[in-house]
Amino acid sequence: MKHARLVWKNLTRNKRRSILTVLSVGVALFLFAALQSVLTALDATSEVGSESRLITRNATGIVFPLPEAYTQRLRAVDGVEAVSWANWFGGTYIDSRNYFAQFAVDEETFFSMYPEIQIAPAQLDAFNGEKSGTIVGQGLMERFGWSLGQTIVLQGTIFPGDWEFVIRGVYEPDNPSFGDENMYFHYDYLFENSGESATPGWFIVRPSDPNLATEVAARIDGSFENSSDPTQTETEKAFQAGFVTMWGNVGFLVRAIGTAVFFAILLVAANTMMMSSRERINEVAVLKTLGFRDGLLSRLVVAESLAISVVGGVLGLAAASVMLANNEMLGSILPGYTVLPSTMLQGLAIAVVLGLISGFVPAREAARLSVVDALRRVA
Amino acid sequence: MALVELRDLTKRYQTEAEIISVLEDVDLNIEAGEYLSLMGPSGSGKSTLLNLMAGLDQPDSGTITIDGSEITSLGPNRLADWRANHIGFVFQFYNLLPVLTAFQNVELPLLLTNLSKDERRERVEVALNVVNLSDRMEHYPRQLSGGQEQRVGIARAIVSDPVMILADEPTGDLDAASAEEILTLLERLHSEFNKTVLMVTHDQHAAERAHRKMYLEKGVLHQ
Repeated sequence: MKHARLVWKNLTRNKRRSILTVLSVGVALFLFAALQSVLTALDATSEVGSESRLITRNATGIVFPLPEAYTQRLRAVDGVEAVSWANWFGGTYIDSRNYFAQFAVDEETFFSMYPEIQIAPAQLDAFNGEKSGTIVGQGLMERFGWSLGQTIVLQGTIFPGDWEFVIRGVYEPDNPSFGDENMYFHYDYLFENSGESATPGWFIVRPSDPNLATEVAARIDGSFENSSDPTQTETEKAFQAGFVTMWGNVGFLVRAIGTAVFFAILLVAANTMMMSSRERINEVAVLKTLGFRDGLLSRLVVAESLAISVVGGVLGLAAASVMLANNEMLGSILPGYTVLPSTMLQGLAIAVVLGLISGFVPAREAARLSVVDALRRVA
Repeated sequence: MALVELRDLTKRYQTEAEIISVLEDVDLNIEAGEYLSLMGPSGSGKSTLLNLMAGLDQPDSGTITIDGSEITSLGPNRLADWRANHIGFVFQFYNLLPVLTAFQNVELPLLLTNLSKDERRERVEVALNVVNLSDRMEHYPRQLSGGQEQRVGIARAIVSDPVMILADEPTGDLDAASAEEILTLLERLHSEFNKTVLMVTHDQHAAERAHRKMYLEKGVLHQ
């Protein structure tokens, strides 16, 4: 501890440089936390799907619907216990920036398929009793300041026109990654008001035995193999994971950016430490003359770079925690997006590694410095 | 046994073109409590000899024994420890750390000891009192005159109570009045505190203040 003053004095010797270096590390760690949290949210999203539910969609692509008549054929497939369906609405609430997902669902079968959606029975009854009724997530209610019974209007994009909905229920998910910013309304309402042009976007199938999900999926696809709209069936978890990959190789992109930023900041920090150290060659020589060992001087240099890196890291991570955790806008794009404690710990570990690496070269130079040469240079 | 014994000390430097012999078979005995001056033209090897005696450089051959320790056989870490305990070094250009106050500069050698904070404070105050700078303890080097900076440098050299003070042209960067103050102070360290002092200087007047004068020319020591 008695050497801490030396470290502090050297850190505050050139305040502007130290502050800028701390900020650069802080920005890098902020970025790390933001990007890592994207990966975490994507992983959580792909994990949220059930292994015991199957999703049957058009084999050509998710944007191509399926005939409603497939409902009965699906129910007839051996091993299928229940069938429901849903469709993507894609409406806009006031402004396109107010993005949230809207699903037209078969109210009789959908909610029993999804026990994750927690909704008061009375509200579900009220929803079922009104064709233009809708159930929305608690997050949406808070985001837009809605209230039960309120009528909201969405501008249709896939299904043009102004669509009125009355909020009759509010759900809360039992898992944050499921998202609390979805909106569910009656498929019949969509069908009738779209000139009967709407058909199911996908089917949700519950096998009688979850252990036979793969076999049931193969049976379903086999039964539609030669139809006009062949299907592709997979577990909901696989479907979600595939949906995530539709973003592209986000994981690779995020990691590549993170690595590039890490090395850029490493070079900045190392360069700063080397500049700072070189400016003090004379002082290192004096300290050696006074009897400071090479190892102690190296540790002092590393302590400086560690201090800069850790302070910057803590600032960046704290800012990320305040600004990104439970951020409504990010949460609406990526349900469950938050900065986890594990991400903070990883960031802190990176800050420590950054400090150790950036301090290594100047520490080695300090240890190897020849006192005689250094003093002669100054003289 | 003398406090300092140099035997057959040789130091050469290799340049691209030739090998330059800086010290050639130097023998020297210094008794405890002596005050010596070492003169010689530039490049004669004065500073090299001082650096060797301080354990900052290694000879090509020969031995250096100070206070019973043959320092030429010590490794880097033991040499650093030995230097902290035995040598007080005074530089021509003071070499104070600009970010530390006079007190903190003088305290530096004591950071290598096991002394408590209070003990360190007591010793630093005594050292600064010896050099008559008690009222400048909290001043930074930039707030001191050259003579005052050198006095802080001397306080730093004596604070750990070393057996020997090595001064490399301690008045070389000072005006006449400040130089006189420093010479008086070195003399006082010798006479009042019985310190062994070896001073390298270009200044004939400064050299005359020492009790024993030596002259180094072309690597050969004349006593």
